[in-house]
Amino acid sequence: MERVHDMGGQDRFSGPLPPIDRDEPAFHEPWEGKAFALALLANRVAGANLHAFRHAIERVPEPDYLSGYYERWLASAEILLLDSGIVAPGAVEARARKLRGEDVEEPGAPEPHKPEMPSGGPGNLRQVDASPSFAVGDRVTTRTEIDTPTDHTRLPGYARGRTGTVTAVRPAMVWPDTASHFLGENPQHVYDVAFSSEELWGAGAEPATVTIDLYENYLEKTS
Amino acid sequence: MTDVADTVEPAIDPALRAEALESLLLERGLVDTKTIEGFIHTYETAVGPMNGAKVVAKAWTDPEYRQRLLTDGTAAIAELGFKGPQGEHMVVVENTPSVHHVVVCTLCSCYPWPVLGLPPSWYKDPAYRARVVKEPRAVLAEWGTELGPDVDVQVHDSSSEVRYLVLPERPPGTEGMTEEELVGLVTRDTMVGVRKVQAP
Repeated sequence: MERVHDMGGQDRFSGPLPPIDRDEPAFHEPWEGKAFALALLANRVAGANLHAFRHAIERVPEPDYLSGYYERWLASAEILLLDSGIVAPGAVEARARKLRGEDVEEPGAPEPHKPEMPSGGPGNLRQVDASPSFAVGDRVTTRTEIDTPTDHTRLPGYARGRTGTVTAVRPAMVWPDTASHFLGENPQHVYDVAFSSEELWGAGAEPATVTIDLYENYLEKTS
Repeated sequence: MTDVADTVEPAIDPALRAEALESLLLERGLVDTKTIEGFIHTYETAVGPMNGAKVVAKAWTDPEYRQRLLTDGTAAIAELGFKGPQGEHMVVVENTPSVHHVVVCTLCSCYPWPVLGLPPSWYKDPAYRARVVKEPRAVLAEWGTELGPDVDVQVHDSSSEVRYLVLPERPPGTEGMTEEELVGLVTRDTMVGVRKVQAP
């Protein structure tokens, strides 16, 4: 399924680029700063993690996803707070209407049910006992269907079933596919894999190399 | 899981929505105003492309630092005091007359916060995310950067927790400039690799 967030190579977004404003501020309006801070804090309050946050952004309906970056951050914050029972369904709307002067009844605070997942420490870098399965110079092929119970993955759609060359072995990291759903960190090695543009886009592609950092579970040794 | 179709109410603008969410969390003591303002202030004033510009200017003027930066980006960047979220493992890639690196995150908008701050609009734009992995030369040309046919173009899609900083080429004509003066030439677009640094 082609989903809005997995944008690499999607022709429907191949319009003109926006201008670059070298002096663009971090936040264009005060609410964007507030949305940014609230999203980081909501993630914490909801007992979530970076991967669950990204997954929540991916669950934002397409029109809202495309409405703007901090719009989707705000929507993601609400999703995580709803999921964990911190905020009741409809509570944000009700409070917003109340703030603008409408007479509305607000739902009470629900019973929180935060996710519980053992953490191997702060951040996402981890030590793993297993040796890396691949080395620099190895030819590897990305899987087409990921052996994962979830719908969050960091293998871009445009790079599935493609063959490339390992150019670096990165530190082991928490696996987003399961951590996003609180199913465990499953830390594993990560490899920088270089793909030719022809491998990704076919003959006649603009000459270039695309390198992608890929988790071990996404890769198989090319036979 | 929550049915997301019920969570977004278009009749409420995002500013009011943010205020409502803040109000709900504040009254239950789950967040506090000082922390919220602290996050905003940090990313408006202390964490931004001026940090990356210092890293680049130092690398241009101190060959040993440049070598450390290319060998272990995370440690060399931390020497200047820059570390934190979205900078856990930094890799620095160097642009030269024969190799040109450019960075994107096609799946969201991953960006090296400690050195570049929060991502600008153009980096988050669907057109950039969709196109640069497929037609990087055309993207760069549209923003005024023409690369010769013999240049090796390397696009980095930030799909894991590795974050990239591009070390741009020092422009000719800047040989007499000090490190402090060079800092002022380095803009965030050049550290993502979509443009080259211009001499003053």
